[in-house]
Amino acid sequence: MSTRRIEVPVLTRVEGEGALYARIEKKQVTDLRLRIFEPPRFFEKFLQGRSWKEVPDIVARICGICPVAYQMSATHAIESAFKATITPEIRALRRLYYCGEWMESHSLHIHLLAAPDFLGYPSAMAMAKDHPDEVKRGMRLQGLGNRILKIFGGRPVNPVGVRVGGFYRAPSRQEARELLELLQSALPNAEALVRWTASLKLPEVSRPAPFVSLRHPEEYPMNEGRLVSSQGLDIGAAEFEHHMVEYQVPHSTALHAHLHGQPYWVGPLARLNNNLDRLPPETATLLHETGIGWPSTNPYHSIIARALEVHLALLEAIHLLKHYRRPQQAYVAIEPRAGIGMAATEAPRGILWHRYELDAQGFVRQARIVPPTSQNQAQMEADMRASILESLDFDDEALRLRLESGIRNYDPCISCSTHFLRLEIERK
Amino acid sequence: MSKLRIAVHKFASCDGCQLQFLNLEQELLTLAERVDIAYFVEASSDLGEGPYDVSFVEGSVSTPEEIKRIRQVRQQSRQVIAIGACATGGGIQALRNWGQHDAFLKAVYASPEYIDSLEHSTPFSDHIRLDAELWGCPPDPGQLKRMLADLMAGVTPFVPGESVCLECKRKGNVCVLVAKGEPCLGPVTRTGCGALCPYQERDCYGCFGPQAGGNTTALGRRFLGLGLSPEAIKHRYRFIYNWAPAFREASQEWESKEITYTPLPSKREGEWP
Repeated sequence: MSTRRIEVPVLTRVEGEGALYARIEKKQVTDLRLRIFEPPRFFEKFLQGRSWKEVPDIVARICGICPVAYQMSATHAIESAFKATITPEIRALRRLYYCGEWMESHSLHIHLLAAPDFLGYPSAMAMAKDHPDEVKRGMRLQGLGNRILKIFGGRPVNPVGVRVGGFYRAPSRQEARELLELLQSALPNAEALVRWTASLKLPEVSRPAPFVSLRHPEEYPMNEGRLVSSQGLDIGAAEFEHHMVEYQVPHSTALHAHLHGQPYWVGPLARLNNNLDRLPPETATLLHETGIGWPSTNPYHSIIARALEVHLALLEAIHLLKHYRRPQQAYVAIEPRAGIGMAATEAPRGILWHRYELDAQGFVRQARIVPPTSQNQAQMEADMRASILESLDFDDEALRLRLESGIRNYDPCISCSTHFLRLEIERK
Repeated sequence: MSKLRIAVHKFASCDGCQLQFLNLEQELLTLAERVDIAYFVEASSDLGEGPYDVSFVEGSVSTPEEIKRIRQVRQQSRQVIAIGACATGGGIQALRNWGQHDAFLKAVYASPEYIDSLEHSTPFSDHIRLDAELWGCPPDPGQLKRMLADLMAGVTPFVPGESVCLECKRKGNVCVLVAKGEPCLGPVTRTGCGALCPYQERDCYGCFGPQAGGNTTALGRRFLGLGLSPEAIKHRYRFIYNWAPAFREASQEWESKEITYTPLPSKREGEWP
């Protein structure tokens, strides 16, 4: 058996369309391609010529699973270009909004996409026959995240409440009160979720690579912070494109990205590893109970990191709602001006960076969007190569399953990873 | 009676429409008991081959491969139901239909030869016969459940086509067009979303597509009266459902330099005599 080909023609239980191809010759990986064949949708082009007012509604459509992240990175970047300042009340509302997306997206990923791998099921629906309580608990947490998004934007997919400067409408006192009660009653669910993910039998592997995330002086990062890496990077969002370089590969419609010439890693595990000292005490206690030595270089621990972030987001949302006072107006007035603005926020699956160039009337001249999946792609391929070398004794079917589950750890969001490739677009 | 064998297929999209199934939360488990979810890539690694009783298709047709694939889906399925704005109108990615696709590719891709993409992004109805269409970006979960119930009962699915304004009035929202002078597309937009935008104190941007028989010219004249430029009015129509005939034509009408319309007077709250 000197040559083996491992093919996953369609990656299942990921968002979007992708495939994996590997060739193994004489115990070496001679070819490995994570193919992303999601058709390009040209969003950065559509943004050109559109008013700043339309941007949050457009970018939400890039990804059905994390529209909040797109809206938040875009509004922050545009406000930066306009030199607009928001109020502490709006800032708190945005954090609450982001908590909703983390709860929804992480719970969905843990139960519907990732966990079936570790318990030997093809789907959450099949898993629910033997583990109904765990699946229902996950769906309840997903539903609570969705409920937060519905309050802010009417619906969890393509919510309609965000505008540059804040929100069209702030939640009413009654909505906030009812939500607070529901979230408080779910805290034991989130604690049980962490313990359950920590009890799963996960492969023991190690993939040292730079962890890149935001870092904030006081908080666990969501909307704001500097870009840091576990190897000493510490930059503002405006410096992103001087350090992270995107490049095209023939086998993928999505770009790959390198940090200083090396693959790097974004997402919940990177975020947790870089921000262990920013956890609320209750979440930190749960983290210690897992018995895992954090920071962890095991990508399979991402599922536990997600569960810990569900717990953290729930605590944060409760805290924010306890101190909620409805503002008279949920947005600040915006005065467009010509400029360039950049911002990064923490999408559930990692750093999402936006850059906008706007004219004096606030029309977009150029936009550039770097989603987390593009950034993780090179690291995913490096991880798959290492996985193959560790698992050469596996038969093809077992190896295929190992690789698929390995990719799912990164929660690749393939729909949003396809976009315009080059930034040096000159249109005069 | 045997369970319906259901498939969910994805084409060029944000995945949001198939996510509406996963966002049924606990009801998804009930659904999985009542139907056989045979093929759903995002939800299950167990991919059952056709034939299917019902195929839900999301996304638009945007590559040569997708033309072949939607024809295969049609052959393998007793009923094909398009869900969402991409599937029923070409989607927001149909905005590329207004530009020079070749120039797009060449100007911005380092290696355009790696990219396989059609000049136009089109709805499924341009390529195959459909049994039903569920509109919206994304379709409403209530409408989706109603459709599933109709399919399980073996009756022709019903999708209302009236204006969202009627639903908005029944909900008791304050009219953002009349009371606040916002350029709301509600009067020409199809019902189904639950009138979300006016509840969020903002104007509708037409994400459920054109309703049957809305007067896009008159509404545009009203927007003129609110101070919008013809260019801005064109953009209102050329958005989520830019390739649906009614909005496509309206956007062309407002783009045309020859036509000059008189603004319809704008009366805001407190200005009525």
